[in-house]
Amino acid sequence: MSVRIIPRLDIKGPNLVKGIHLEGLRVLGKPEHFARYYYEAGADELIYMDVVASLYGRNTLLDMIRRTSKEIFIPLAVGGGLRSLEDIQEVLRAGADKVALNTAVLARPELIREASRRFGSSTIVVSIEAMKKPDGRYEAYADNGRQHTGMDVFQWALRAVELGAGEIMLTSINQEGTGQGFDFEMVGRVAESVPVPVIACGGAGRLSHVYDVLTQGKADAVCLASILHYEFIASQKYDLMRQDYSTEGNIDYLRSGRSFSRITPATLVQVKDFLSARGIACRPQAQEPAGV
Amino acid sequence: MSRTLKAAIVDYQLGNLFSVKHACDRTGMQAQITADKDDISAADLVILPGVGAFGDAMATLNKLDLVSYLRDLALSGKPFLGICLGMQLLMSKSYEFAEHTGLGIMEGDVLPLNRATASKVPQVGWNKIHLTQAARQDGSFLNNLADGDYMYFVHSFYVKPNNPQVILSSTRYGDIEFCSSFRQGNVLGCQFHPERSGPQGLRIYYNLSLSF
Repeated sequence: MSVRIIPRLDIKGPNLVKGIHLEGLRVLGKPEHFARYYYEAGADELIYMDVVASLYGRNTLLDMIRRTSKEIFIPLAVGGGLRSLEDIQEVLRAGADKVALNTAVLARPELIREASRRFGSSTIVVSIEAMKKPDGRYEAYADNGRQHTGMDVFQWALRAVELGAGEIMLTSINQEGTGQGFDFEMVGRVAESVPVPVIACGGAGRLSHVYDVLTQGKADAVCLASILHYEFIASQKYDLMRQDYSTEGNIDYLRSGRSFSRITPATLVQVKDFLSARGIACRPQAQEPAGV
Repeated sequence: MSRTLKAAIVDYQLGNLFSVKHACDRTGMQAQITADKDDISAADLVILPGVGAFGDAMATLNKLDLVSYLRDLALSGKPFLGICLGMQLLMSKSYEFAEHTGLGIMEGDVLPLNRATASKVPQVGWNKIHLTQAARQDGSFLNNLADGDYMYFVHSFYVKPNNPQVILSSTRYGDIEFCSSFRQGNVLGCQFHPERSGPQGLRIYYNLSLSF
């Protein structure tokens, strides 16, 4: 069994975005272009996270899932604003393989049971956004880290699995976007307590962080965003892609390098080579067969 | 130019049927998602996909009156591929929750992955397939794949065919070495999802498109 390296694409409307410190969301480009680039580089799975999740945006998201699933032959997980069995069904029918649920299942945990019965446990990923409090407790947050719930992260993870969650995606709000590394102590505690895979999210700034969360944190999979996105936007392929459409956001700031001093960009191939060289099994990049 | 191979993807409302269809389309087949017997009979290749519970799936196939139809079709020599749960449904018997009878197209059992022998169940992720002598002799289904290529798995159960000669590949998870694909004449099965296994998985669809 190999570890999974999962590019996480935060989506707002038709665009891929990334929060930079507290300056809000920057538009980086079209999610499908990033998805294609990562697929070809050997991504093991993709996550589309709708960070705004407005009603208006839902159809845009569904179209995006349809286009992506036609040309990308790896698992696709989708999260953000899914509140009911009907919402989940819609996303799966568009071509997603899994859904990530957070706010809706914190409000009504039974939804995990209903969804896993109807669609299978392997389809249901419970996303936990964890805030480390000054007293050392970990609390689960709703609404993209905006709404506190008082729920203990470790108890919530166990309960979610009991109710039928097939995987736990665990994001450290404190570390997210900082490039200072994962909270591998928290990840390790959850990974050792639950019998399902744990996907670690939030904080990767360089390759050694990925290694740490897989070894000390015992994560089964890792989500990466900034490390991969910044490599892609610095590449020539990105320039070619941008000629196809006009970007809404200004990315000069991102490309200047000033904004991500704590991030060392890397390709998926570099991530996997780094891990393989240290004895962690990774699936290598593969070429599409001739004739396809 | 050879004619386009028609594939029928059996629609029993479980799993991501669209990714199977997209993989067929991408490799030059003409695929239809259907539960209609005439459509299925008219296809060159029948694909039984599936994610979820064995008992529920058999109940749905019963409700759609497809159980004996699919069994007869497979036994008549129609090329037939079961994927993941679809592969397990081909077997005679499953021990998922309670004992269930399968389609009985392939002799053998469906057994649980055990938390005593593997730390995480279900197995979710990429794992290696090890090709058997039978795969090399078969030379079509897993053509152009290498021993140790990675495929994407999502499952809590695995199949154990009575006749080990049918096994094309095996995969190790925890302490268990299980059958990850098989072939008996026109009947094929794979525990992994080739349509979610990247370029290597597409090769399998491409091989199928040339096989029948």
